[in-house]
Amino acid sequence: MPEVRLGDLLVSLYDLFGWGLSEIGLNPSVVSILQKLVAAFILTNFCLLTPLLTIWLERKVSARFQDRLGPNRVGPFGLFQGFADIVKLITKEDITPAGADKTVFNIGPVIAVASVVGIWAVIPFASTMVGTDINVGILYSVAVGAIGTLAIMMGGWASNNKYALLGSFRTVAQLVSYEVPMIIALLIPTLLAGSMSMNTIVQEQQVWFVVAAPIAALLFLISSIAEVGRAPFDLLEAESEIVAGFHVEYTGMKFGVWMLAEFLHAFTICALTAVVFLGGWRGPWVDQYPLLGVVYFLTKTYFVSMIMLWIRVTVPRVRIDQMNDLNWKFLVPLSLVALVVTALVDKSIPVDFSIGSRSLILFLANMVIVVATLLVLRGISRKEQAAQSELQAEVNSI
Amino acid sequence: MTASQIFFLLFASATLVAAYLVVTVRNLIHAALWLVASLLGIASIFVLLDASFMATVEIVLYIGAIAILIVFAVMLTRRVMEDVGPQRTNTWWFGAILAILFFASASTLIWLTQWPTLPEGDVGNTVLILGKSLVDPSKYVVPFEIASVLLIVALIGSIAVALPSKQSE
Repeated sequence: MPEVRLGDLLVSLYDLFGWGLSEIGLNPSVVSILQKLVAAFILTNFCLLTPLLTIWLERKVSARFQDRLGPNRVGPFGLFQGFADIVKLITKEDITPAGADKTVFNIGPVIAVASVVGIWAVIPFASTMVGTDINVGILYSVAVGAIGTLAIMMGGWASNNKYALLGSFRTVAQLVSYEVPMIIALLIPTLLAGSMSMNTIVQEQQVWFVVAAPIAALLFLISSIAEVGRAPFDLLEAESEIVAGFHVEYTGMKFGVWMLAEFLHAFTICALTAVVFLGGWRGPWVDQYPLLGVVYFLTKTYFVSMIMLWIRVTVPRVRIDQMNDLNWKFLVPLSLVALVVTALVDKSIPVDFSIGSRSLILFLANMVIVVATLLVLRGISRKEQAAQSELQAEVNSI
Repeated sequence: MTASQIFFLLFASATLVAAYLVVTVRNLIHAALWLVASLLGIASIFVLLDASFMATVEIVLYIGAIAILIVFAVMLTRRVMEDVGPQRTNTWWFGAILAILFFASASTLIWLTQWPTLPEGDVGNTVLILGKSLVDPSKYVVPFEIASVLLIVALIGSIAVALPSKQSE
């Protein structure tokens, strides 16, 4: 019988479950398949239930930002509001619009959720708790996330509605183009860790990568907010412009599933940021008690999700031309410069330097890029202002 | 039959069925979606070959970019979404003969070639091996660089084509 360690309780339970099954006399390969199925079932349920908490948190926090109370009737502090909403959504009439492509219409939300849940397979909760530690973890998370884009297009097209189709078109313009700075920003931690495996990236962060690559962290956060399609990048469901975008025809729980996919994707992006830039499960005493890693990881994830909320409730929605300009004229060039500078500086630091001084040098290099960027931006805006005041002077003289 | 053989047969037949549906369904969007399914099947065959990098790149590039652009382009042609014309032309037999000839020659070649087999057990970090051989002068650095230059040329070319001409302003 395997030893039960309190510091690594969940993994011990996993081992114990496997031991129990093999005691019944099951084939070892069948045992490992059953073990993985149960673990995957628990992980998926964790994913699908988390939005209940994050939606409540989002309502409550954005209410505080706007000087309101937020949900406060159902349960303590309105904690059970989400359950009430689910009951409401389930009892609503389920309408499939006439002329809709039924199969595609119904598959759309399912693929959207599946693509997000798939990302969690490679996210390390603790050093010992990771679904599967494949050597292309980061690329996999981008790849699976890209399928979500397809799901949104399917839903928007199958609804047989002009507004939904417009939402889908915006999706392509936004999600596909913001993938470029996101992937380049992810290349920088890959370069620093020397691996694409999530667990190795966490292990390499004796000093968090947010110190050695602050620009990459910021770029990743901005482009992934755009990738999720949340404010200020919620052009795909801009109520004032295209009603509700791609999910305008969805009713009842099908609409709920779209919301679930969106909120879970937002939470997943926060988890990815925590893993790649904030040291994932790293923290004090994590070597003796790996279970503590889960606490550290979730704390960091919720911290990032607070930052995302803060951005969401303070920044107004960008226009579609601003959205494209920001990506192609600012984020992509900046990410390329940051990548080249990081690669050159990292290669030119002598090997015998300690990890701390290495991070410090990289941090300073990043600060040089920030100052240079700000100077360039100031030059551009001054030129624009000069042109504008010239125009104004011309108008005045007439 | 081992488990991986069963999985190979499953994925291969799913890929073939999806590929057949790509060319036979009448709705253009459905054809594009079946194309996505068939690309997913190919990615899963890469997974069975332990080529994890190829599998993820297949999904990122072909599904994440190319298939989505195809769907996007098809959506812009909403009027002609449903193809009502006949699915065969008068010269279909000529095409069929060509296809059979090509299939026969390709399958003979595949049959006759001595394919290297996957080494048993752990093959090591495939991504590392792939990355190193792409920048190794004795391996693939020249094709790799030529491909990058070609892509840059295509990029600049597409910008040049899309750029509004000075005279029209």
